Amino acid sequence: MELKVISDAAGTPGGGCASSGCGAGGEKLAHLPEAIRAKINNHPCFSEDAHHHYARMHVAVAPACNIQCHYCNRKYDCSNESRPGVVSEVLTPDQAVKKVIAVAAAIPQMTVLGIAGPGDPLANPQRTLETFRQLSEKAPDIKLCVSTNGLALPGLVDEICKHNIEHVTITINCVDPDVGAKIYPWIFWNNRRVTGRKAAEILIEQQQKGLEMLVARGVLVKVNSVLIPGVNAEHLKEVSRVVKAKGAFLHNVMPLIAEPEHGTFYGLMGQRGPTNDELTALQDACAGDMAMMRHCRQCRADAVGMLGEDRGEEFTLDKIAEQDVDYAAAMARRAEVHAAIEASRAAQRNASSETFVSIASLTRRRPARPEPRPVLMAVATTGGGVINQHFGHAREFLVYEASANDVRFVGHRKVDLYCSGDDTCGDGESVLAKTIRLLDGCEVVLCSRIGYEPWGQLESAGIAPNGEHAMEPIEDAIAAVYREMGEAGLLERSGGTAQRMSA
Amino acid sequence: MAYKIIEGCVNCWACLPLCPSEAIREALPHFTIDARACTECEGDFADPQCASICPIEGVILDGLGVPVNPPGSLTGIPPDRWAEIRTQIQAR
Ligand code: SF4
Ligand code: SF4
Repeated sequence: MELKVISDAAGTPGGGCASSGCGAGGEKLAHLPEAIRAKINNHPCFSEDAHHHYARMHVAVAPACNIQCHYCNRKYDCSNESRPGVVSEVLTPDQAVKKVIAVAAAIPQMTVLGIAGPGDPLANPQRTLETFRQLSEKAPDIKLCVSTNGLALPGLVDEICKHNIEHVTITINCVDPDVGAKIYPWIFWNNRRVTGRKAAEILIEQQQKGLEMLVARGVLVKVNSVLIPGVNAEHLKEVSRVVKAKGAFLHNVMPLIAEPEHGTFYGLMGQRGPTNDELTALQDACAGDMAMMRHCRQCRADAVGMLGEDRGEEFTLDKIAEQDVDYAAAMARRAEVHAAIEASRAAQRNASSETFVSIASLTRRRPARPEPRPVLMAVATTGGGVINQHFGHAREFLVYEASANDVRFVGHRKVDLYCSGDDTCGDGESVLAKTIRLLDGCEVVLCSRIGYEPWGQLESAGIAPNGEHAMEPIEDAIAAVYREMGEAGLLERSGGTAQRMSA
Repeated sequence: MAYKIIEGCVNCWACLPLCPSEAIREALPHFTIDARACTECEGDFADPQCASICPIEGVILDGLGVPVNPPGSLTGIPPDRWAEIRTQIQAR
């Protein structure tokens, strides 16, 4: 009897995450073995729910790169993983290890350490592997990950697998060399610079081989793609199909960010990035194929900033040099904090599923009415799965779609910060206008507080600001607002979608 | 004869670990090549390694003072075709 119950529980698809908004959770991961789902469950990069609670940090130990991408300018960090225009201080492996341990001891939510640059980690194999070797030994409760363009991957797979590596991200923008020739002007291969179609051919071959080798060794592989309109937009559907067939467990499509001031080839040439609609449409198209990760922040997701306050000052090299962290003690504290987070996540999941039931019953009570239309809502949050950020301080908004059936996370939208918190808000006006344009399609924006001026401007743009749900769990609050909209008769308008688009 | 790194180098580190002669120095405002140590990769590689990975056009000069990667060579698009290519790209 008991045995049967246990086996039932273990076999429940998506048992790890009941929340429908969980980008990489629920039924989308049901095809994966339990061990892999457990790995993903706490990973801020993979689980939409976990990334409210846990954080990763990156250390910049790998400055060099072995290829050129047209969306990258080597004056800055690699744009595969981080914001263009931000330069990291390059650390030695010893400095990096010290910094990671100091941050992990001070911020228990930091569970993942990634090396993603500023160049290509595997073009700097000694520095990257030395950092991993020391961390596997000194801080075994930190998961390690690495991002690469894939060129040097096949030769290093065995080395990588010796360490506490949990997953590898490969940026794959194409599987067709003719497409690749428009993205990669050259690669450095076998001690020569190789250009044109030949370069793309070699890169693609190495990427695919590396992917296959990692999967064969049981390492989780995520694939990142940069969506470049007119270059690989349609082609990414094929990429998605190919990498899934080879065993990648997630495919994350990120928008190209190209501005002339970044000094990239695309930026200077006026290559445009995708619109929010184009990005969502492509993510939808690929989602049919495989689990898609939509909450990627396309930034460092830096643990030092996770708590909504910038704590970077505490972890400068001089301050770390003075610290002598007792990591065994820190590890015990970290384990306690992680247990508390898990308990609160479980509680939130239970509360949320009750809310969904009540939305459904709302529609059942009015059988004569047509299905209420879905609504997009934006949320300002610093993490923790609750609405806790001032509108003017939000660097990004989480966008959710509320419908009669559920509340679904659909993506991030990044903004330029219009209020830096001091009184030098020089071009505040125009950045607010930009933010409003960025929220295009959303009808409600939920935040903890909002200033008088943006309130008025949002309203005139047809976006309802809402500060009534501060500190509430995001999905519950959205469900409540959606219910209120339904009760006010706002969900019945025909042509609602058209109005949303013009809002 | 020796290669030379000039202003414009972005200190990206790509060249430094590749040099067979350990001639490249981390320095500010930009990396430098020790002219006494540089062998132009003679006997080690067919192509000078620093100039084969450097991502910035014009910042590495050969022994005659000529840029190894002249404008347009790394993007693959000669400067006189930029206007035309820009129009094509902007139509995407
Ligand atoms: S040419 Fe060769 S030997 Fe001279 S600095 Fe460059 S890599 Fe070193
Ligand atoms: S590869 Fe070029 S840009 Fe990079 S450090 Fe060397 S000379 Fe400077």
